[in-house]
This record gives sequence, C-alpha cells and structure tokens, in this order.
Amino acid sequence: MSDSYGHAPLPEPRGPVSAIVRDALRRAPHNLPVGLPAAFAGADPLTDEDLQLTLFLCYELHYRGWRGVDDGWEWQPSLLAVRAAAERRFEAALRTLTGPPPPVPPEQLPAALHRFTTTGGGPSVGGFLKRRGTLAQFREFAVHRSIYHLREADPHSWGLPRLGGPPKAALVEIQMDEYGNGRLHRMHAELFRTTMSRLGLDTRYGAHLNAAPAITLATNNAMSLFGLHRRLRGALLGHLAAFEMTSSLPNRRYGDALRRLGGDEAATRFFDEHVEADAVHEQIAVHDLCVGLARQDPALTADVLLGAATVLALDDLFASHLVDAWTTGRSSLRSPEREPVTPPAALPAAPLAPVVAGPV
Amino acid sequence: MTPSGQPNPAAATITPYPDGPLVVRGDFAVTTPDGRNIDVRRRTIALCRCGKSAISPFCDGTHKALGFRIDSDPAQAGSAGPAD
Repeated sequence: MSDSYGHAPLPEPRGPVSAIVRDALRRAPHNLPVGLPAAFAGADPLTDEDLQLTLFLCYELHYRGWRGVDDGWEWQPSLLAVRAAAERRFEAALRTLTGPPPPVPPEQLPAALHRFTTTGGGPSVGGFLKRRGTLAQFREFAVHRSIYHLREADPHSWGLPRLGGPPKAALVEIQMDEYGNGRLHRMHAELFRTTMSRLGLDTRYGAHLNAAPAITLATNNAMSLFGLHRRLRGALLGHLAAFEMTSSLPNRRYGDALRRLGGDEAATRFFDEHVEADAVHEQIAVHDLCVGLARQDPALTADVLLGAATVLALDDLFASHLVDAWTTGRSSLRSPEREPVTPPAALPAAPLAPVVAGPV
Repeated sequence: MTPSGQPNPAAATITPYPDGPLVVRGDFAVTTPDGRNIDVRRRTIALCRCGKSAISPFCDGTHKALGFRIDSDPAQAGSAGPAD
C-alpha cells in the first residue's frame, strides 16, 4: 500500500505499555509479557496517553496496518488480550462519562437524539475559529481532525455486515455518499487531503499521529471500539447519528473561518460539502438507520443512546482541550516542536492570504 | 425504493422527514427556474422546508436551530391517498 494511503510509521511511545507494544510490533508476532496491562498508570483512561496510544496501535492493525509491522499481529492472542484490557478501562470510562442512557422506546428515539444533541454546553471550536482563530490554530485543528478524516467513514463501515434490512440500506445510503459514490475526487477523505494540502500540511495517512493528544486519539478509538465489536453495533449507529446531527452547522463555521483566513474554494470544499451532505445524512441516520435498528431490536436502543452520548461527551472534552490551549496562548498539539509548520518551499501554489480581521 | 424498503413505481420519491427537510431519492434533476441543471453531487438530497437554509434549495440543518415544526405524515391528517 502506498504510504500516502496507509502503512503509517509507528508513532513514538507514550508510556510503559505503548513502549513495549511498539517495540514488539517491530519484530515477528510473538507473545507479549503477561500482566502488561497492569502497567497502565493513568487515572483517567480518556486522557491516559499510554492507554490511548496502545489502543490506537492495536486498532490500526485492523485498518491499514503499520509500516514495517507483520500483518500477523492483527490477530495475535496476547496482543488482543492487551487490547481487551485497555478496552475494558476505556469502555467503563465512556459509560461513566455519559451516564446510564434513559429508557426510550424506538419511536421516541429521534426526539431523544435531538435532545441529546441540542443540550450540550461545551465550548465551540467552530465558533472560536470563525471569530478569532489564526491560521496556525486552523492548521492545528486540521492536524487533530486528520486522524479521522483521512479515513473518514471507515469505522462505521464495520457496521455493514452486522446489519440486515432497513438499517443496512440506510447505512449503505450514507456511506455511499461518504465515499463519493465511488468517485475518488468526491470521497470525503480525498476532499480533506486537498484541504490539508492547501494548508501546507503533510497529507500522508497517519503523518500527524505524534502530535495528536490522548483526547484526539480517544475520539478515534471510540469509533474503532464500537466498530470492531458486534455487541456494540447499536452504539456504532448512535455514534454515526450524533456525528451527523452535530456536523452541518459547525462545518459552516469551519468553512467560514478558513475563508476569512484566505482559504480558496478548493481549501474550503471539504467543509462546504459537509454542510450539505450531513444535513442529508442526519435525516437518514436518525429516522432510517437508528429507528430502523431499534425496531428490529428494541434492546439495542440504550446502546444507540450510548453511542450518541459518547460523541457529544468526547467532543466537549476535545473542544475544551483546543479552546483552553488557544485562549491561553498554547498549542493544542502534543508536540508543538513537531507541529508541521510549513517551510516556505512547501507553500501551496496559491498561498493563503495573510490573516485579516473579518466580520464575526 | 422508499426508506422503508417498499418498492415504489415512481422514478423518484420525495419523503418529508419529521420536522425536517424533504428527502429526494431516485432519478431526478434539480434545475433553476430557467431550466439549467443544478449539480446536486449526490444521489440522495435534502430540500429545505423551513425557508431559512443558507444553501437553499438544499437543507443545511438550520431548521433545528429554529425549532422548526411541521406535520410530515398526511396519513395522520386523514388525507393520505393510495401509494399509486
């Protein structure tokens, strides 16, 4: 696989477990030390750099693999045991964070999802960027989001073989659009590569992993957790629905922010596209996908709400991380010294205009 | 095909979603009043029903911010006809 689309280099370790796992992955598949997960030292799995990177190391083996790593590691039992131990901590933290979902009959699921997605009170990254974000901060935002957007829609595709009937048709309808109906230049991941390129950022898959803090990895790991466990398929669909329900309006702000900063039509296309696309996807995801699943299997309704609540809770933590850093003059990236500051030689052909004050 | 999976003999279907847009599926074109095609870029589109979308005629989700409410199911109003 081309380095542009996969086989990212192994990221730097962030603690004892990720160090041992990363080191092991560079050799042929073999058994890891028993009791390794006991070395997770962080009190909060959501911000535990070691735990989140370990999960990401494990999950990537199911996506595109790591450069120089034997594909046999994907199903190596002792690595799966480490992953399972990390997942138990992570899932428990997500359930604690979101609280028990209210009991909701399938027909009231749309109203419940609507309530969930309109009562959040966290800071707004889109609002910050639109009003006063700098080009450097917008680049940071793109770096965080690149971990997901360069494989956009992939985690939810794991839901497809686990569904049948109306909810499957609904998921296909959404995913077809995410993947540009099979046309490369319309695939959302490709649109984001163009945006990154216009921002002078490295567009290779996984290029910015070392800069992404635990909370950014956690937003991605939650999707992988829900996607890789069939028992959590309800949470996967609820995650997608809340994702789509909270996307159109923020994407308009991201697009406006980038326009204010001098981004041209090619640079903002990804965000402009999502304003329109996600307004469609939201309807399908709520009424056809989630209600469709809940009608087939009412017991999964609570998991749909768990998935939706996870999006909102992690997004609040992610937004707080970014806005707190920016309002105190810090970088939101983990290793600002490695922040991909664009060398002059790599500026896009049509450079972004200097930062100018624009209408709020 | 409708979202409920029932085949529909029409070339395109228009589905009013609850308190939301009109979702259009099938073989259709969106044109300007003077007949020029608007590139819809996707197979399923959502048309604004609240009148406040910034990307009209398409929905951009603004209806939620407005608390837009509208009856979507003519069957509940007693005016539904046969499907065909």
